[in-house]
Amino acid sequence: MKYIVAVIQPHKLEEVTQALEEVDVNLMTVSTVLGRGRQKGHTEVYRGVKEVGTLLKKVKLEIAVNEEFVKVTVDAIIKGARTGEVGDGKIFVLDLCDVVRISSGERGGKAIG
Amino acid sequence: MNAGDTAWILTSSALVFLMTPGVAFFYGGMARRKNFLSLLMQCFFIACLVGLQWVLFGYSLSFAPDTGMGIIGSLDWLGLRGVGFEANPDYSGTIPHLSFMIFQAMFAIITPALIVGAFAERIKFSAFALLILLWTTLVYDPIAHWVWGTGGWLRDLGALDFAGGIVVHVSSGVSALVMAILIGRRLGFEKKAFVPHNLPLTVLGGALLWFGWFGFNGGSALGANGLAANAFVNTNTATAAAGLAWALVEWWKHGTPTVLGIVTGAVAGLVAITPACGFVTPMSAIMIGLLAGIFCFLAVTVLKPKLGYDDSLDVFGVHGVGGIWGTLATGLFAEVAVNSAGADGLLFGNAKLFLVQCVYLLACVTYAVVVTWILFKVVDAIIGVRVDRKDELVGLDLTQHHESAYTILE
Repeated sequence: MKYIVAVIQPHKLEEVTQALEEVDVNLMTVSTVLGRGRQKGHTEVYRGVKEVGTLLKKVKLEIAVNEEFVKVTVDAIIKGARTGEVGDGKIFVLDLCDVVRISSGERGGKAIG
Repeated sequence: MNAGDTAWILTSSALVFLMTPGVAFFYGGMARRKNFLSLLMQCFFIACLVGLQWVLFGYSLSFAPDTGMGIIGSLDWLGLRGVGFEANPDYSGTIPHLSFMIFQAMFAIITPALIVGAFAERIKFSAFALLILLWTTLVYDPIAHWVWGTGGWLRDLGALDFAGGIVVHVSSGVSALVMAILIGRRLGFEKKAFVPHNLPLTVLGGALLWFGWFGFNGGSALGANGLAANAFVNTNTATAAAGLAWALVEWWKHGTPTVLGIVTGAVAGLVAITPACGFVTPMSAIMIGLLAGIFCFLAVTVLKPKLGYDDSLDVFGVHGVGGIWGTLATGLFAEVAVNSAGADGLLFGNAKLFLVQCVYLLACVTYAVVVTWILFKVVDAIIGVRVDRKDELVGLDLTQHHESAYTILE
């Protein structure tokens, strides 16, 4: 089992969700986060005082999958989120020790989907 | 000169002023969070821009003595020359000319501010500023002159428009439709719903509009008298009926009444009663309001999706359709018994008024549509009206104003 964490451009969420649905990955957790990468931030100005933002708004997806879904999930995220420019984001793939479905108490691979 | 009248018109002017920030919040709450400030900015900018345009030359174009053909006022009152403490009996014999002028200034300000909902979330700010200055000078000022100015050709024809159903709402509503079509749909339109980012602010904005509208309609009596009271009562009554109508139709068709629905319905009622409020009884106001709620509901939920234009915050569906209905309704429900300076409508045996109202509508709609179309094309050729794709995705707050409405971290 793997835990896939992806940080993407906020306006790409729609396309990523759609690409994931196409490969039958429907469960995920989504949050708005701030992050800094290689993309330049936006300059904000308040009464003449400049604030060069280094943190940009991103969307973070977290998806738990069984081994056979790892490749299609990663590929779908790339398909939905890539523009080819700096700032498209990153995907992290982590080992996942266990999963528990709270409602039934099921554990491991069958609790994932 | 009458102290009561003067006090009421100055108070009404302040009430109408509040409608512009009101509409800013009404629209801003419906936008996405990345574009919230841009809508507040556009409305506030209009208050400043048109506030100056009006005293420098706009008031003269609209209200100074006609140049001869009934089309436009002269430049005699440029920079408010000759507009002073004394009354001008052509417009209002009991209040200082200056107070009539500032009351009208607030109408000139709110009208373009209504339009901003149509091109919301995708207009370049520089293009917006130029477009609004041209629009208020070449569309609003002439139409205001035709209907309200001495020697204006529609004023002489006998059309009834108590507080600006056409001058303010139809002119902005149909111009908004033209601009929405010309600027094109927002990125992602039809693929997803654009969810309002803060409906409580929309309710606050709608409530400020309702409050300010007592000055808009009540003040249009230009005196502290029974006619003002009649307009005030009709305003409240029609608005209540329209808000309720929208909510009930929604309940019936979609299963629940919604907050956005009842507020939108109320605004539709305010719009529709505007031309009629000084000529009809409160019982007629109920009919006008109920039907306004239903017509505008249909325009926004059926007509718009069918035609596929992206009038982002439904300026046409509410102000255009509500204003057209109100203008026709004045031709149906008006009674001389309410206002001896008015006329009887179709329901009281006078078909002529209804026809005049139709001519009035046709003339103003045609003029507004054609001139707005030309102005848009000109500004688009000079500056380009729409922001580029990347700026639209990031949002207008950051790209056009270098500010954010909300922080995520301290």
